[in-house]
Amino acid sequence: MKNSEKLVLSLSIALALMLGFLPFTYAMHIMEGYLPISYCLGWGAISIPFVVWGFISIRKTLEKDSRSITLLALAGAFVFVISSLKIPSVTGSCSHMTGTGLGALLFGAGAVSVLGLIVLVFQAILLAHGGLTTLGANTFSMAIAGPIFTVIIYGICKKLKVNKLVSVFIATALGDLFTYCVTSLQLALAYPSQVGGVAASLMKFLGVFATTQVPLAIIEGIISVLIIMALETYASKELKAVGYIKEA
Amino acid sequence: MQKSRKGLVFVLIVICILMAFIPLFALKDAEFGGSDDGGSQIVEQIHKGYEPWASPILERILGGELPGEVESMLFCVQTGIGVGVIAFILGRFVQRKKDEEELKKYKEE
Repeated sequence: MKNSEKLVLSLSIALALMLGFLPFTYAMHIMEGYLPISYCLGWGAISIPFVVWGFISIRKTLEKDSRSITLLALAGAFVFVISSLKIPSVTGSCSHMTGTGLGALLFGAGAVSVLGLIVLVFQAILLAHGGLTTLGANTFSMAIAGPIFTVIIYGICKKLKVNKLVSVFIATALGDLFTYCVTSLQLALAYPSQVGGVAASLMKFLGVFATTQVPLAIIEGIISVLIIMALETYASKELKAVGYIKEA
Repeated sequence: MQKSRKGLVFVLIVICILMAFIPLFALKDAEFGGSDDGGSQIVEQIHKGYEPWASPILERILGGELPGEVESMLFCVQTGIGVGVIAFILGRFVQRKKDEEELKKYKEE
């Protein structure tokens, strides 16, 4: 890591600590204007160090092997496609998947935070989906918490020697589901019920977001497995370059 | 690709399609609105009379809501960009492997 990068990273962490923990007093994608301003700033501040970390990790990967940019573009495009498809679910409402799990497995959770941020900005500005004020909170749930969870689950599966494709499925599906659990938690923290407080609100939001998401998470897991299978067959060189397949 | 893998790919794709469309046929009365609207309703339920304090930037410029047709067009643009990039890259990978195999065969002969 260069000195200038270290400086930016530590500054952003300091900013996150300052802003992130100050104003939490009251109160999937979260809709524009539906999060009190203190929460918008707080989640935004928490997200900044992760995005900075992402930029650094992307630069490192590309320095190691510049051909990795094709896979990076693929992972980004995957998020684009997957998060634009609204799919009907068993609860009678539609939701969409996140697509960040695949990138997290290939490049690590840091890189995906940048890819996810790009997609969220696109949707917030052009599609009135999500929002600029809630960008920080949505980035945290979809591009940071979900991918990190995916990487952790994948690591556990690897330790337990689960079949590789099965691990990809479990990790990406749970990462997707986790994103919506985090969204529910973010809303519940901002809007505790008068009776029962944060916990009661959390159950309500989970009821809407998480149950809708279960079948979609399974679909996302399957699609991620398909892409990984295709890459294993046709792009083993690139997978080795990013460290997904260990050099034999 | 090995034969067993081809079968697996086929089965997985069928499962995906079924999972995506069964709710549409099984729940005929449902509206299938976005779950984020469901979220807004709960916010209003918990916090009676909640007024969103910001509105989407495009709605502000347009002075009203984005027409539904235009919105679905923009979603399609998003999908299109993504699919284009994925297809381009995967296509190159597939062709590259073919070329490599042919080169190998040629050298052996």
